[in-house]
Amino acid sequence: MRSLSLRRAVPVLPLRRDPAPSRLTYRMHRLWLTPLFRRLMRLGVPVFLLTFAVGIYLSDQGRRDALTETVASLRNDVKNRPEFMVTLLAVEGAAPEVAETVRAALALPLPVSSFDLDLAAARARVEAIPAVRSAEIRVQPGGLLQVTVEAREPSVVWRGPEGLFLLDAEGKRTAQLGARLERPDLPLIVGDGAERAVPEALQLIAAAGPLLPRLRGLARISERRWDLVLDRDQRILLPADRPVRALERLIAIDEAQGLLARDILAVDLRLPERPALRLAPYALTDMRRQRGIIPSETDL
Amino acid sequence: MTDLYQAQRAMRNMRRAAMQRGVIAILEVGSSKVACFILRFDGEAAMREADGVGPMAGQSQFRVIGVNATRSRGVRFGEISMMNETERAIRTTLQAAQKMADARVDHAIVCFSGGDPRSYGLAGEWELQDTVVTEEDVARVLSACDVPDIGGGRDVLHAQPVNFALDHRTGLGDPRGQIGHRLACDMHLLSVEAPVVQNLIHCIKRCDLEIAGLASSAYVAGISAMVEDEQELGAACIDMGGGTTGISIFIKKHMIYVDSVRMGGDHVTSDISKGLQVPLAVAEKIKTKHGGVQATGMDDRDMIEIGGDSGDWEKDRRAVSRTELIGIMRPRVEEILEEARARLDAAGFESLPSQQIVLTGGASQVPGLDALAARILGQRVRLGRPLRVQGLPQMATGPEFSSAVGLCLFAAYPQDEWWDFAIPMERYPARSLKRALRWFKDNW
Repeated sequence: MRSLSLRRAVPVLPLRRDPAPSRLTYRMHRLWLTPLFRRLMRLGVPVFLLTFAVGIYLSDQGRRDALTETVASLRNDVKNRPEFMVTLLAVEGAAPEVAETVRAALALPLPVSSFDLDLAAARARVEAIPAVRSAEIRVQPGGLLQVTVEAREPSVVWRGPEGLFLLDAEGKRTAQLGARLERPDLPLIVGDGAERAVPEALQLIAAAGPLLPRLRGLARISERRWDLVLDRDQRILLPADRPVRALERLIAIDEAQGLLARDILAVDLRLPERPALRLAPYALTDMRRQRGIIPSETDL
Repeated sequence: MTDLYQAQRAMRNMRRAAMQRGVIAILEVGSSKVACFILRFDGEAAMREADGVGPMAGQSQFRVIGVNATRSRGVRFGEISMMNETERAIRTTLQAAQKMADARVDHAIVCFSGGDPRSYGLAGEWELQDTVVTEEDVARVLSACDVPDIGGGRDVLHAQPVNFALDHRTGLGDPRGQIGHRLACDMHLLSVEAPVVQNLIHCIKRCDLEIAGLASSAYVAGISAMVEDEQELGAACIDMGGGTTGISIFIKKHMIYVDSVRMGGDHVTSDISKGLQVPLAVAEKIKTKHGGVQATGMDDRDMIEIGGDSGDWEKDRRAVSRTELIGIMRPRVEEILEEARARLDAAGFESLPSQQIVLTGGASQVPGLDALAARILGQRVRLGRPLRVQGLPQMATGPEFSSAVGLCLFAAYPQDEWWDFAIPMERYPARSLKRALRWFKDNW
């Protein structure tokens, strides 16, 4: 027998739940299934809230300033890290004076962050130097800014209206020259338009092998053709058309007959079928005398 | 009648709007379950031309994207007896189907089995003004049909032209453009009790849905359970539902007769409940698990635990043999089938060229029913399952869903009804603007 007070608790059966949705639930479900409403809730409301929150935050001038300041200082911190600093400038592939010119053209206030470097502009500045044919600039690890320069090789000395210049094989000026004797190893060219015909002049010089010890320079005549000027004021007048061939022919004659060793003022090769010689006045008189054209004078 | 006529026209417009929106709900309000399908119409399907498949009875046009069925509440004999309960059941199934479809539906096509459907055959004649049949003439001959007295408080649910005759030629499907003098038509009119329809419409309006069509469930079950040649040659479909058993007769693909017996599977369940003294839920479970109508020797030894929770050991440990269960079920099923036979006889079914009978509906799943039905209804009886439609899950392919599936087909390809034709001009009021517009349209 159990005492009446200790009666077992009767489990309360839960009320049977109605499986049917209430009218409100049903309507809300249908509303949620409406495409426009759904898009509004999924996209419109978050976007609106976000915009609203950001707008409220940014409406204060102090916060805006703080934000820009933070961003700027962060940027600076990253920019000025030692990994990104350029401390050394190395110029390769150029003579020391050209290298100095390059350094002066770049004018970099070292050390500088590599984020602040405008390599394209720097390259343009270096390539604007006359002595530089092309340049390559790259930041090497270790804070080294390496400028690899391909310098223009001076091939001739040009005496122009503004003075003496060194020209490379393409006729571009590489440097100004104080005196001809600074570069006695290079041939001299003169005359109007000589700097525009440097390749042809170089061909001629290459072809003039045996004459080189006697060569004093090349003169451009009428911006059209070349004269080879040798010592003793001998000139070789070359045609405008195929001058190298004419020169080779002359050298062949010279080697066979020693033509240029004689007392000749000029060899005129301008007409290939009719080469002409201009003798020195004394030689001319002598020749005429030998031929009996003028009577021989007694040596008094 | 003009009232419902206008309502039916409005429903057709609603259906067109739903087609444009592309989503429509199919709602079957039965006595034992409420089923909801959600159809998506994609317009003309791409597969139609692809592999030489025909229109597939309209199936390629739509796809079932949401299916749900729930226990019906507050419906007896296919009629709403407790409106709030029914509304809740409809809400439940609609919400679940919408959730599955992930789409909101605003239009529903509804079928129901109750309301004491009665069929009438109507005939009308019209002398053609000129010798060519125009749409106007068709509308005139339809409105010339003399409507029988369908009784007070009844509404027309279906009114379908079944046959047209021009002079001495009959059996015309579409008489438009043909030459003759005298156009006659036969129409099948189905009337149901108006309060039943009004209750149903009210119930569905309360669920925020617009009604895009109404159909009798016996008719739509016939559409889906019978194959095409059966509909063409003439056959009857017996839709054995929970509360009612619907009978529909088709010939030449037209429904010509609908009737219903107010008995169904629920009565079998209540017989079992009374006979075995068990609750209805247990009786339903026993019926579906062990039920049958043909007893064999094996069934004597097949003991079924009935169970119970009365606390009385003797009562709770009861068991009956399956033979006893069959003995309870069989008389009721026989009664239903005999009643259906009587209705078929009254409709003159034996004079049809083909005597095919198709049994469908949830109560037709009793094992051995086809043998029993063959003894009562004649030898040409078969069990029908609904047509397969696109996207229908396996769970909804049983015969209990044949009217829901039929309603899908009805939604996709509705039969032309009387209200689909133009209103003849005499029906308009004499000085209406519409009449003037019509006159302009017809004469220019």
